Amino acid sequence: MTEATTIQKGIDVYAIRQQFPVLEREVKGKPLIYFDNAATSQKPQMVIDALVNYYTGYNANIHRGIHTLAEEATAAYEASRDAARQFINASSREEIIFTRGTTEGINLVAYTWGRQNLKAGDEVIISGMEHHSNIVPWQIICEEKNAVLKVVPITDEGELVIDEYEKLLSRKTKLVAVVHASNSLGTVNPVKKVIDLAHKAGAVVLIDGAQSTVHLDIDVQQLDCDFFVFSSHKMYGPTGVGVLYGKKHLLEAMPPFQGGGEMIKEVTFAKTTYNDLPYKYEAGTPNIADVVAFKAAIDFIQQLGKENIRQHEEELLQYATASLEQVPGLTIVGRAKEKVSVVSFIIENIHPQDVGILLDNQGIAVRTGHHCTQPLMDRFCIPGTARASFAVYNTKEEIDRLVNGIHKVIKMLS
Amino acid sequence: MNNNKTIHQIESEIVEEFALFDSWDDKYEYIIDMGKKLPPLDDQYKLDINKVKGCQSTVWLVSDYKDGKVFYKAESDAVIVKGLISMLIRVLSGHSPGEIIDAKMDFINRIGMTTHLAQTRSNGLLAMVRQMKNFALAYKLKDAANV
Repeated sequence: MTEATTIQKGIDVYAIRQQFPVLEREVKGKPLIYFDNAATSQKPQMVIDALVNYYTGYNANIHRGIHTLAEEATAAYEASRDAARQFINASSREEIIFTRGTTEGINLVAYTWGRQNLKAGDEVIISGMEHHSNIVPWQIICEEKNAVLKVVPITDEGELVIDEYEKLLSRKTKLVAVVHASNSLGTVNPVKKVIDLAHKAGAVVLIDGAQSTVHLDIDVQQLDCDFFVFSSHKMYGPTGVGVLYGKKHLLEAMPPFQGGGEMIKEVTFAKTTYNDLPYKYEAGTPNIADVVAFKAAIDFIQQLGKENIRQHEEELLQYATASLEQVPGLTIVGRAKEKVSVVSFIIENIHPQDVGILLDNQGIAVRTGHHCTQPLMDRFCIPGTARASFAVYNTKEEIDRLVNGIHKVIKMLS
Repeated sequence: MNNNKTIHQIESEIVEEFALFDSWDDKYEYIIDMGKKLPPLDDQYKLDINKVKGCQSTVWLVSDYKDGKVFYKAESDAVIVKGLISMLIRVLSGHSPGEIIDAKMDFINRIGMTTHLAQTRSNGLLAMVRQMKNFALAYKLKDAANV
């Protein structure tokens, strides 16, 4: 395992680790190894500082206040919108809607665009590897509208069957909602192709970027997706913040999602006119502190450089895949050619829950279960997997400890 | 089963057994061992209706009522959960519905399982206890109706 000591090119992982206070803690008397990054990543000090600074320095409700604190808070909040716009290369800041997270972004589109545009007999296409949050909202709206939900099958390797997708597309297809990178398998889907094919059929496309935005370069203009949703907390930012990107003409035509303060222009009991984009979709006092600190997370990623991060994570993925493959009885679920740094695995005759409990007992945090993708687990005829997912602060030494930990688990259970 | 001992006495026994272990590894070895020794549940009982909701693994739980005492059988597809079930059965099986309903079940805390297992999993443990108590309550109500 001499390779484990190789210093990574581009970034100094040990310096990065120092920026994450939680990585110093111990679990069960052992140094924490955090491999549950696909669920949520840890937060660097600069994000924690941004939160504390907001509350200690300029906490105020935004947009309508005329006092100094309100102006400062508004400026910081809107600076995050500009940072998010630039981060995914949206053409205008009006296309960036702050949400509670990816799930709320998808629901927003289902309940506004879906309710306005879907009618009986229309079809919505999703894929067989969607997270429940990109299944259930579409099921609800399809049921309401008597529309039909179609599912693109996936291969044994965990890739979309594009031929089958093409066959599903027709004039009836109104919307395609597909995950960019699978949280359970790591598969990076060819979303550009998915989008282009959907557009040819006249459908709009929503891309679930919850897992991809932290790992891959995102350019919504180049992708030409109609909607793109992602979450702050999976990219080193605070929980409770997400972004819905939507093309301006679509967002303008859609009805509001929630009514309340902030989203209105003028209210009388007879009629209310709605505010301009993006505020039309941000009813009520938003999650100001976390939105403000979200910018620090974007800054953190950009300071390191996405390409450097991707290279480091790719190295970890390759190293983990090669190491885990050597473990007798272990099978990696999800063998797509292009993956983000997620390794899902099952071990012969051992329940993933037992693996998770006994790894935790060694200070190693992995996720076990169906990962909110029950239909995908059914596809592979398994109750769930154990999943290790890597972030920029993870190291090869940690992967060595995971592999040793798994050997120990197998020994304990055999 | 356990006819001569109270639920409280059996709970204390388990707590004493766990006190002998220095490390969590040893505690888990013991739980895994109990899990492996849990007699398998007959396939006829492995029905959806017998599944305990709220567990990450699949848990089937059935009960029987004989001579005023409740007897449990259960199985899971995960070994550690089987070990936990085995302890629950050891504590509760063979007692009257009233005793089971009143059981404190604080041994779970005392051996460190609620703090040690993550919330979701310990909820699974609590879901099992709740289901076992529900069976006892049902037998008690049935008895009351038949008097």
